[in-house]
Amino acid sequence: MSAGVGVDLRDVWIRFGDFVAVRDANVSVEGGKFFSFLGPSGCGKTTILRAVSGFLEPSDGKVLIGGADMAGKGPNERPTALIFQNLALFPLMKVWENITFSMEVRGASKAERRKRADELLEMIALPGQGDKFPSELSGGQKQRVAIARALCAEPDVLLLDEPLSALDLKLRQHMRTELRTIQRQVGITFIYITHDQGEALTMSDNVAVMKAGVIDQIADGKSIYDDPSTPFVASFVGENNVFNGTVKSVSGDMAMVETNRSGLLRSRISGAHMGKLSEGDKVMMFVRPEAFHIGDMSSPEDTRIRANVRHSEFEGQSYNVFLEGDAGKEIKMSLVNRGETRLYEPGIELIMRYDADQAVVMPSGELASE
Amino acid sequence: MFKSYFRRNGQLMGWTLLIAVLFWVVVLILLPQIYMLDYSFRHSLPPAEIGGPKDVHTLKNYQYLLFGAENNPEPYNRVDLMVFLRTLIAAALVTIIDLIICYPIAYFLGQNKGGGSLRILVLLLIIPYWINEILRAFAFRIIFGDSGVINEFLMFFGVISDPIDFIRANVALYAGLGYAYILLMIFPMYNVIQSLDRNQIEAARDLGASWTMIHRRVVIPFAKPGISSGCTMVFMLSAGALAAPQILGGPSSLWFTQLIYQWFNQGGNWNQGAAYAIVLLAVCIAIVLTVMRIFKVNMGDIGK
Amino acid sequence: MKSSSPLIRIGLAIYLAMFFTYLLGPLVLMSVTAFNSASFPQVTPWEVLSFEWFRVLFQDDRILNGLWNSFVVGIFTVILSVVLGLAGALMLTQIWPKLRATYYTLIIAPILVPGVVIGISTLVFWDRVNHLLGLPDDSFLHHGFFLTVMGQSTFIASYCMLVFVARLQRYDTGLTEAALDLGATHVQAFRKIQLPFLAPAIGSAAVIAFLASFENYNTTTFTFQKNPTLTIELAQKVRYGINPSISALAFIIIAITVFFALLNEVRTRRAQLAIANGAPVGAVSGGFKAPKILAREPITVAFALFILLVVGVGVWAQFYDPEPAKAALLAEKRAEQAKAIEALKEKRRRERLQKVFKGPDIFGAGKSKVPQPPSKTNRFGDVFKPGNLKTSGGKTDEDAKKPAGGFGSVFNPGNLKKSGPGGSSDGSSGGSSGGSSSTGKKGGAFGGVFDPGNLKKSGPGGGAEGTSGGSSDGASGSSSEKKGGAFGSVFDPKNLKKSGPGESSD
Repeated sequence: MSAGVGVDLRDVWIRFGDFVAVRDANVSVEGGKFFSFLGPSGCGKTTILRAVSGFLEPSDGKVLIGGADMAGKGPNERPTALIFQNLALFPLMKVWENITFSMEVRGASKAERRKRADELLEMIALPGQGDKFPSELSGGQKQRVAIARALCAEPDVLLLDEPLSALDLKLRQHMRTELRTIQRQVGITFIYITHDQGEALTMSDNVAVMKAGVIDQIADGKSIYDDPSTPFVASFVGENNVFNGTVKSVSGDMAMVETNRSGLLRSRISGAHMGKLSEGDKVMMFVRPEAFHIGDMSSPEDTRIRANVRHSEFEGQSYNVFLEGDAGKEIKMSLVNRGETRLYEPGIELIMRYDADQAVVMPSGELASE
Repeated sequence: MFKSYFRRNGQLMGWTLLIAVLFWVVVLILLPQIYMLDYSFRHSLPPAEIGGPKDVHTLKNYQYLLFGAENNPEPYNRVDLMVFLRTLIAAALVTIIDLIICYPIAYFLGQNKGGGSLRILVLLLIIPYWINEILRAFAFRIIFGDSGVINEFLMFFGVISDPIDFIRANVALYAGLGYAYILLMIFPMYNVIQSLDRNQIEAARDLGASWTMIHRRVVIPFAKPGISSGCTMVFMLSAGALAAPQILGGPSSLWFTQLIYQWFNQGGNWNQGAAYAIVLLAVCIAIVLTVMRIFKVNMGDIGK
Repeated sequence: MKSSSPLIRIGLAIYLAMFFTYLLGPLVLMSVTAFNSASFPQVTPWEVLSFEWFRVLFQDDRILNGLWNSFVVGIFTVILSVVLGLAGALMLTQIWPKLRATYYTLIIAPILVPGVVIGISTLVFWDRVNHLLGLPDDSFLHHGFFLTVMGQSTFIASYCMLVFVARLQRYDTGLTEAALDLGATHVQAFRKIQLPFLAPAIGSAAVIAFLASFENYNTTTFTFQKNPTLTIELAQKVRYGINPSISALAFIIIAITVFFALLNEVRTRRAQLAIANGAPVGAVSGGFKAPKILAREPITVAFALFILLVVGVGVWAQFYDPEPAKAALLAEKRAEQAKAIEALKEKRRRERLQKVFKGPDIFGAGKSKVPQPPSKTNRFGDVFKPGNLKTSGGKTDEDAKKPAGGFGSVFNPGNLKKSGPGGSSDGSSGGSSGGSSSTGKKGGAFGGVFDPGNLKKSGPGGGAEGTSGGSSDGASGSSSEKKGGAFGSVFDPKNLKKSGPGESSD
């Protein structure tokens, strides 16, 4: 088990009959990092995971682990360990037997296994629970046993298939931190798939956002959030306000966009499309709710928007104001709860301003569905 | 395609599974039947001549069933054909009798709330089935015999003065056959009826339906798969029964299976026997398929 | 069923009672006949309570041989069927959907095919294979064990397959994948993960397979060759030589079945109760703790009673000797027979007389039916009454009348006195020849013609003619040691003592 074994997907296509589950995937996961695949259900992330772990062979392309081509190798021949969505703990075996199963199949003695099990139980903070059966454990405990079992196999790459989806909120948050801690501690490569972008952002070094078999963007969390490459990424990760329009002019990394409703606005161009936008292109401009501030007529015109309040709400850490936007949609503005912030009555017209750097514009595309 | 099979199962397991299944399906199930079919179209030859020039295909065995021996004065093999027909009719009768007897029980069991008494009843129902079918037939033989309980009982009360020959009258046979397959009739019906929502029955009663109407319009249509499955099994098993007719049958109730048995033992003509067996098999298959089609039942419904 | 009228409820109860009588009655009756010392299984007439038929059963070589064969065939059939059934079920879960329906039909078919067809096809097929391989006639392929196991496994594997399919449906394939992922080979994954899961199903399938193999007749009857199973032997006996040892076997089988059924119920109930009380799965499937919670369950009570009963009867059987009772019964039977023979002889005598004297009805019309007990002076009084010709057996006729008519006092009993008690006749005049009787009859004008004793062929104290109307075919000798008396010692009070649980009426 060496820290730093990378996983590469090169031109990977996975088809089931006529259906294309994964389309031309190219991913390089750096060894020792926590990598997430993020996307809605059915986007193909589970398929990729199964291809990496060996339960599937790609129809085209290669899967490399540590630089070695894994073609033709079954799951028991690859240096990977998979944590299943439903955990798949062996119900007829005790916890300690579950954990050390990988040693059992390699012929280790009972004493050795018992010893190792105790060590791992300590590590996952379940000391002395080895003689219980999985059915006697709570959800969080079972999770930890599953992790211990996988780690006991000393894999180079740990694969996690939405492991937290069955847990309740508080536990989920707690486990996020735990998993990250374990990964840092053990130092092996983690590949994690989820549809929850909060998980992906907090835990990962890098995230690949997927939609319908296609990887839209691979970047670190901040880049995914601040500099999305596609409208899907922009709208799937976090909340975002979209303004449809056409490019009026481009200068450097900024563009002037003639929006449908709010006039000519200025925005930074998305990193992926820098230098590729030209006048007349149909684009979408995205501004995050928290990027809006209350403005007035003295704010610069090309970063100023006027709209009527529909309603506003207090959410604890912020005030959210919902205003009438383009084509009946809402614009959401999030104001941090500080001192003078307050609720606004419906019907009032507000002037909002934003920093052009905090807006991002890219060619129009499909948004994440509600 | 094969590759994915071996990937899924590994080499050793994959091959073991494949060989086992092929052995069962081909060597035990298919080949013997196919061979028997072929065999029935051949002459009955001494071992030395098998494979030789005389070993050709012929319809002789089937012709015998229909037309009898070559010197048969009658146009048809009346005896054998009558036996065949009688077997089928008797099997049908047994099926109907069983259906009538078992329906109330299946209904009662199925609609019962369950619990201890139900389990005991089910237990009582099952125990007779673990008793050897020979012994069950035997029990009926001694009960219906000349000095059996029933005759003694009737004579004791002066109802009759001489023992009734139940065996000759085939009563014993019907009673024995009916008895043998009760479980197989009850369980499919019971299973289906159990899944019937009691509320439907309550609703029907609420709307003023009489008991007969309730059964006719609500319960029976729902229970059709169970009924047809049970009837199919009982019919097939009755038509193919051998022990009960041998033990309980009177002189006038020769069963078709007994004919087959005779060809193999006394008649010494295995090929003829095979032909008769094929006929029996074909008729059984035809009946099963017909019933399945009429009642829209699948093979998948036949499971214990 | 709520809201059904009391009438329906009563009707239902009656129906249930009748139904279960039909179902269980034959078994009960059959078991009872095992204990009757009569040589044909019957409940009535009941002779003597006896366990001898069990002894006969245990000494019957053919039965024991059949039992052994049944076990051997059973074991091998179980092994083959479970393996094939499991393979079939596993394959079913993996086969391409297009093929699945056909495949399923194929492996279910053996259940629907008549057993005789399977037996025949097995026989014919392996015979052909034998021929093709050029093997001799007594080769392995012709052996009863081989053929029977092949034939039975064909459809018993289907039963096993059904059991496994049901169990497999609840199996999480993720478990096998997890095992593989952790480095297990496919064999290891199967052995360590899937097989333990299937273990209960294997148990059930094995039991079902064994029972089905043991009791199979239709198929086995064609394949057994020289190795008959118990069922085959039973069938032979039932068809050709019935005696209560079969009932004894039936009783044993029923007892064993009930025992296991109750045992199974107890175990199931225990598991249910334990789960209801919150015990974890592991605790329930292992161990055999004293089931305190079961103490009041009716099923346990029934089970305990049953065991006690069986043990008790078993012990009693060792010490119980039916012989004295049987001997007494035998004596009583013989006496009855003698009586019957007497009556028969009288009847014949009268018939002969009628032929000889073709005249008016010398016996009178027998109009006045005044009952008259037989007295010593009127010893022959009632014998010649027309009424006496009616029934056989020792019933004394009630419509007796003093003879009147032409031949008057010829037949006056008084005239027929002759030699003393225990005497014999000269047996010379007319009528049938034969030895004299030992029943102490006196002779008469017609000498020994009318002497019932003359109808006997043997000498003094001799045997019987064996034509008496009773159903026992044992020897029914006359009671030579009896004192005089027209009907011998039949009416000797001593002989009327009861022997068995009932009085036999021949």
